[in-house]
Amino acid sequence: MYAFELVRPATLDEAVTALGAEEAQALGGGQTLIPTLKQRLAAPAKLVCLSGLAELKGVCIADDGAVCVGGATPHAVVAAEAAAHYPALAALAGNIGDPAVRNRGTIGGSLANNDPSACYPAAALGSGATIRTVNRDIAADDFFQGMFTTALEDGEIITEVRFPVPERAAYQKFEQPASRFALVGVFVAKYDDGVRVAVTGASEGGVFRWAEAEAALSGDFSAGAIAGLSLDADMMIGDLHGSPEYRAHLVKVLTGRAVTAAG
Amino acid sequence: MPKDHGIGASTKRREDVRFLTGRGRYTDDINLPGQAHACFVRSQVAHGRLNGVNTDAAAGMPGVIRVFTAGDFERVGGLPCGWQVTDRFGAVMQEPGHPVLATGKVRHVGDPIALVVAETYDQARDAAEAVVVDIEELEPVLDMKAALAEGAPKVHDELTSNLCYDWGFVEENREAVNKAFETAHHVTTLDLVNQRLVPNAMEPRVAIGDYDFATDDSTLYTTSQNPHVIRLLMGAFVLGIPEHKLRVVAPDVGGGFGSKIFHYAEEAAVTFAARHLRRPVKWTCTRSESFVTDAQGRDHVTRIELALDAEGHFQAIRTETYANMGAYLSTFAPSIPTWLHGTLMAGNYRTPLIYVNVKAVFTNTVPVDAYRGAGRPEATFQLERVIDKAAREMGMDPVELRRKNFITQFPYATPVAVEYDTGDYNATMDKLLEIADVAGFEARLAESKARGKLRGLGVNCYIEACGIAPSHLVGQLGARAGLYESATVRVNATGGLVVMTGSHSHGQGHETSFAQVVADMIGIPDNMVEIVHGDTANTPMGMGTYGSRSLAVGGSAMVKATNKIIAKARKIAAHLMEASPEDIELKDGRFTVAGTDKSVAWGDVTLAAYVPHNYPLDEIEPGLEETAFYDPNNFTYPAGAYACEVEVDPETGKVTVERFAAADDFGNIVNPMIVDGQVHGGIAQGIGQALLETTTYDEYGQLLSGSYMDYAMPRASDVPFYAVDHSCQTPCTHNPLGVKGCGEAGAIGSPPAVVNAVVDALQRAGHSHITHIDMPLTPSRVWAAMQG
Repeated sequence: MYAFELVRPATLDEAVTALGAEEAQALGGGQTLIPTLKQRLAAPAKLVCLSGLAELKGVCIADDGAVCVGGATPHAVVAAEAAAHYPALAALAGNIGDPAVRNRGTIGGSLANNDPSACYPAAALGSGATIRTVNRDIAADDFFQGMFTTALEDGEIITEVRFPVPERAAYQKFEQPASRFALVGVFVAKYDDGVRVAVTGASEGGVFRWAEAEAALSGDFSAGAIAGLSLDADMMIGDLHGSPEYRAHLVKVLTGRAVTAAG
Repeated sequence: MPKDHGIGASTKRREDVRFLTGRGRYTDDINLPGQAHACFVRSQVAHGRLNGVNTDAAAGMPGVIRVFTAGDFERVGGLPCGWQVTDRFGAVMQEPGHPVLATGKVRHVGDPIALVVAETYDQARDAAEAVVVDIEELEPVLDMKAALAEGAPKVHDELTSNLCYDWGFVEENREAVNKAFETAHHVTTLDLVNQRLVPNAMEPRVAIGDYDFATDDSTLYTTSQNPHVIRLLMGAFVLGIPEHKLRVVAPDVGGGFGSKIFHYAEEAAVTFAARHLRRPVKWTCTRSESFVTDAQGRDHVTRIELALDAEGHFQAIRTETYANMGAYLSTFAPSIPTWLHGTLMAGNYRTPLIYVNVKAVFTNTVPVDAYRGAGRPEATFQLERVIDKAAREMGMDPVELRRKNFITQFPYATPVAVEYDTGDYNATMDKLLEIADVAGFEARLAESKARGKLRGLGVNCYIEACGIAPSHLVGQLGARAGLYESATVRVNATGGLVVMTGSHSHGQGHETSFAQVVADMIGIPDNMVEIVHGDTANTPMGMGTYGSRSLAVGGSAMVKATNKIIAKARKIAAHLMEASPEDIELKDGRFTVAGTDKSVAWGDVTLAAYVPHNYPLDEIEPGLEETAFYDPNNFTYPAGAYACEVEVDPETGKVTVERFAAADDFGNIVNPMIVDGQVHGGIAQGIGQALLETTTYDEYGQLLSGSYMDYAMPRASDVPFYAVDHSCQTPCTHNPLGVKGCGEAGAIGSPPAVVNAVVDALQRAGHSHITHIDMPLTPSRVWAAMQG
């Protein structure tokens, strides 16, 4: 990696100030950024480490019942602490990467990076979560703006992610055999006002909601309800692990399985 | 009762104590005083004219000691190729130059262009990025058939085409084979790809050059399977250093699988740089570099045809294979698709007529050379796949079709130039059906069906030619080296032994199994024998470890040397007991005068050899040390039968290996536990090839699967527990241990078993149009096949 300055702010305010500098970049758990730096594919002048900020860590329950996850909370903590409140979210977090990734990687880092094959974007979009930053609240529907692109401004830190807890939910991930990221992952959540279906891994546009499936499942929450649907392969990712047609097919299979798993 | 020591005992591996406690000493653990660090500037493009290399900026950067470019290596030789193949028209292969640093052109992504040496690795890397390379990009040659088309761009301008050779074997049989196909009752044809694999040894390559200007001695520490071969190739052909002034050390090596046989440019470059700079120069390969510089494996595109009579007897086999050489000829590359592939096309079967055609092709890709099995997996895969297809077409049971054609009389001379000394293919097949519980398959099939899964069973055989190799034979076939092995047995005064072998252990457990053999011969505890390997300074000239040769060839040399020791010790014992040497018996570490209670211990004799006070000095020399070389007079032929059961998810195409069984005949076994481990590892590699591993270049020659984000290695969860048996033993008839070798069998026998099983599952589910799917059988490919 190239040389850089490492800043370890003690408070959120200090972190915000540090990120105001030119070529400064936030460092969450570093599970994507550090390998990128090691390969010399990025050269930030300054890294602002968020992992020391206690105020960004932990899982709590809001008055309205939402599960609130601090932006710098590692996946392993979510897997443990959200299990009683939002099992589908905890299960998703507990199956990201390997133990090293889960103990270092953070929810804020994952959402800010918005890797098109990451799991967390599916949970956030599928739950209609609110991404809270130092400046504002952003609805998940507005947050994800395409592969590796989000509504975040430069230097804007994710402080918390608020997940409304659904009646039922499940996540199904079909792993890419090498990276074990999602070749396709589908998060299905049933709320009293309807069903949300969020798909990761499949689309050139990053995580997306499958509107037709949501409509069908809102009327009939069963795998059979989507039997007649199909997805257009046009916008799907094609690579050495799967063709666009295969991914479109998997979205449907996994959606059905997620509905079944949600019970 | 199982033995607890010596030959036949499952002795725990003594080397594992250091490997498992972090006490191994690998090349990268070596740091020499005053050591400088190297980083290579490599081509980012697959094919281009190298118009200039500007090192001005790099040379002035912090810590930089020297930047070497191709011009510095002008008076140095190129990397030699160790095998010359003669084509079917009697002409020798086209053999392009292979400079240490790219000269005139770059020919694959990763081709080294310059070498930066600096005080630290990071400084070297920074400076390497500042080297300005002027490359005029040229159209890359990637597809083998396109590479042979008229007007295709040439990888090597000085050659007439991209064809290395067009080999026919046995050329004299060509017309007879063609005729047999014209009159055959049935012909089964199969087109298939044996895909390119990246070796991925756990330890990346490392090379440290060292030079003592006061003595003019050079030393290379390197991750090699054969330090003597590297010394010979690099000393004699590249750098012009006589062998007595060059030492090559290959200490603990973390896996090779063939990829560490070859002499690589980086080894010569750091040795050259160290001599020039009078400082040690160390290079450690990054994993990313490994993907574009370690010689890769397989990469055959084949059409195989099998002619059968009405009863299913094999009449003839005809194959046409395109074999990718990559951009340069790696050390043994030309031999892999020819003499290690064509000679195995008879398999376990009586087929009177065989013709193998191989076109070896240069492309703008990483060079291809031996990888676990090396040519034999390619032969086995096509043969065992086409037999399965033929059985289906003819409505015959695939096991019965195989049995009908088994070779049952030994020795058996195949129509492809080798003579199998011994074997019993029905015995391994019987054992396989038992341990695989083939009888229970239907019940398991029903159980899978109940869960909505498809299930299939794949069975196949394999044979391999190991114990490489008879020197006189390989010399006739184009080898530029002998393939004997050596051992020096040194007995110490107090009775312990040190065995110095030319073989090299990089995971095989030689330190344990070799000691078992020698200790058993003398009748002393295994821990009285130490095995030394990996350093040309203290081991006799040997050819190293590959081709499942170490025990069969290296072990035989060790047995010969130990027999010389025993013969001399017997004379000493006879003197001590005032008896005739012919009357002396050695048992359990004691020499006894036959028929008497007079005896002396092993240690009394060894002490006498070194303290020769009461010693026949006029008849025998003091001391107890012997060297032997062993050159085999035939290959060994391990063989066996493998069975795989898979489940296929009909919705996603995902294949899971549910059961895997292997019945191998390795001849005699020294350490059953180590043999089990070798088979386990080989099967995992074969399952990896069958289901997971893909080496994909894009249209520009960039490696898309160039990291573990895209190159899928098999993990523990991808493989089942194996049923492994090696109780069927027909000992090799021509080496003293009766051993055949077990290092490659798993990787050779398992890919067709997996593919046969998947095709079987799909056929049973009504996908009758699916007769083959090319490896790796990824979910995407299997699903696509099911769509028709």
